[in-house]
Amino acid sequence: MSRPSIPGATLVATLIKDLRLEWRSKDAINSMLFFALLVVVVFSFSFDPEAEQSRQIAGGLVWVAFLFAAVVALNQTWARELRNQVLDAYRVSPAPPNALFLAKALGNFIFVSVLELLMTPLFIIFYRLRALGPAWLLVPVALLGTWALVVNGTFFAAISLRTRSREIMLPLLLFPISIPALLGMVNATTAILTGEEPARFWIVLLATYDVVFTIASLVLFETVLQAE
Amino acid sequence: MKRAFPILAVLTAALLSYALYEALVVAPTDAMQGDVYRIIYYHVPSAWTMFVFFIVNFVASVVYLVRRSAKADAVAVAAAEVGVVFCSVVLVTGPLWARPVWGIWWTWDVRLTSTLVLWLIYVSYLMLRRFAGGGQMPVLAAALAVFGALDMPLVYFSIWFFRTQHPQPVVGGGGSIDPRMLHVWLLNWLAFLCFGGLVFWSRYRLEVLQQEVDEAEALQSLLEPRGAR
Amino acid sequence: MNFLYAAYAATWLIHIGYLVTLARRYARLRGKIRELAKR
Repeated sequence: MSRPSIPGATLVATLIKDLRLEWRSKDAINSMLFFALLVVVVFSFSFDPEAEQSRQIAGGLVWVAFLFAAVVALNQTWARELRNQVLDAYRVSPAPPNALFLAKALGNFIFVSVLELLMTPLFIIFYRLRALGPAWLLVPVALLGTWALVVNGTFFAAISLRTRSREIMLPLLLFPISIPALLGMVNATTAILTGEEPARFWIVLLATYDVVFTIASLVLFETVLQAE
Repeated sequence: MKRAFPILAVLTAALLSYALYEALVVAPTDAMQGDVYRIIYYHVPSAWTMFVFFIVNFVASVVYLVRRSAKADAVAVAAAEVGVVFCSVVLVTGPLWARPVWGIWWTWDVRLTSTLVLWLIYVSYLMLRRFAGGGQMPVLAAALAVFGALDMPLVYFSIWFFRTQHPQPVVGGGGSIDPRMLHVWLLNWLAFLCFGGLVFWSRYRLEVLQQEVDEAEALQSLLEPRGAR
Repeated sequence: MNFLYAAYAATWLIHIGYLVTLARRYARLRGKIRELAKR
């Protein structure tokens, strides 16, 4: 069994191919965009807090919205490959499977990050948000949090490929395992917005989570890819 | 093992009854909580038993990933199911204890919340096993089991820190343990371990039998003449 | 006090429930084995 290899040319090639395909068809990005907008609006109708309260709950709301948007993105991760029987080609090719995994994960990461960048101003406006703590810390929180969702999500999307009800299987598997990461994202964001507590512990937790599960995904992805 | 089963079952039943008797009668009444605290003699041993089975599932899953042994997969699924059963017991007895003692049904304390997450993870594991078709399902399930096991320390740690920031009542709080209580505790744990072990064995045998039947069916459909399907 | 008995009862209800599902699955499997043996 091959050990996880540092991907090189294959990774970049796959990633660029995916991004280019997506840019041309704009399938995923359009549906995700609209979905993200809907989520923000619906949440705004459901929770209409004053500025004081909004800082307490915004962290949770924002990350739940991002989580749903991520699931929409993740569900189509392997759809294109399935449609064209590309996966079989990957299985027999000498290209390291980890390169494929990382390319997919990075592609998802970029998509979801774009979504977050678009949704954030809307949230700030609707909830009149202003960070009382160190706002720049929100960047590492967003990066680490998004990666946590995307790395496991891409892995579980691969597992869900051959299951019945594939689209529901992905969140069923992803949500329980992501709970520590969700706790980290939400509490870090709340801590930064309210400025009442230090966010450092949560950021370290997120980083640890990311490292653990990136390694786990890299180690086990080939096994999962071959198991179809 | 098969022949010993009935005797072991009877012995286990006896042990459980005796442990129950000790829990209800022999153990001293708690000064502060009264008799309701006796729920602990079912709640905590069930939690410990649950952990044992989830660890067994993790080990069996790793063994399966390395050796692809069908028996390892049978052990994994049996351990997961029995673990979920005990986990459910913990999640039901916990609130039934918290309500009379602390006035609330649920508290997001470390142990109860971690147990809930554990339950969610292993139920998702069982759902994957049910929804994934094909002979490679055990591989996928084993991978998920590894992820779940890796997750647990992180789950516990994150909830623990959250609780130290926002404290709430702790179900099954600490404090010194009366040695007589400890004795009853351990006795009930032993009884439930034996019981769980027997149930696990039954489930394991069922799975092995199912594997054999599946093989036989597959073989038969291969050997059938083409028209006869 | 009722909570104590409810907890003990619930515990055994859950365990017995699981044992019942096991018994049913065994019965179904045995049916299949009989069918296979016949053919």
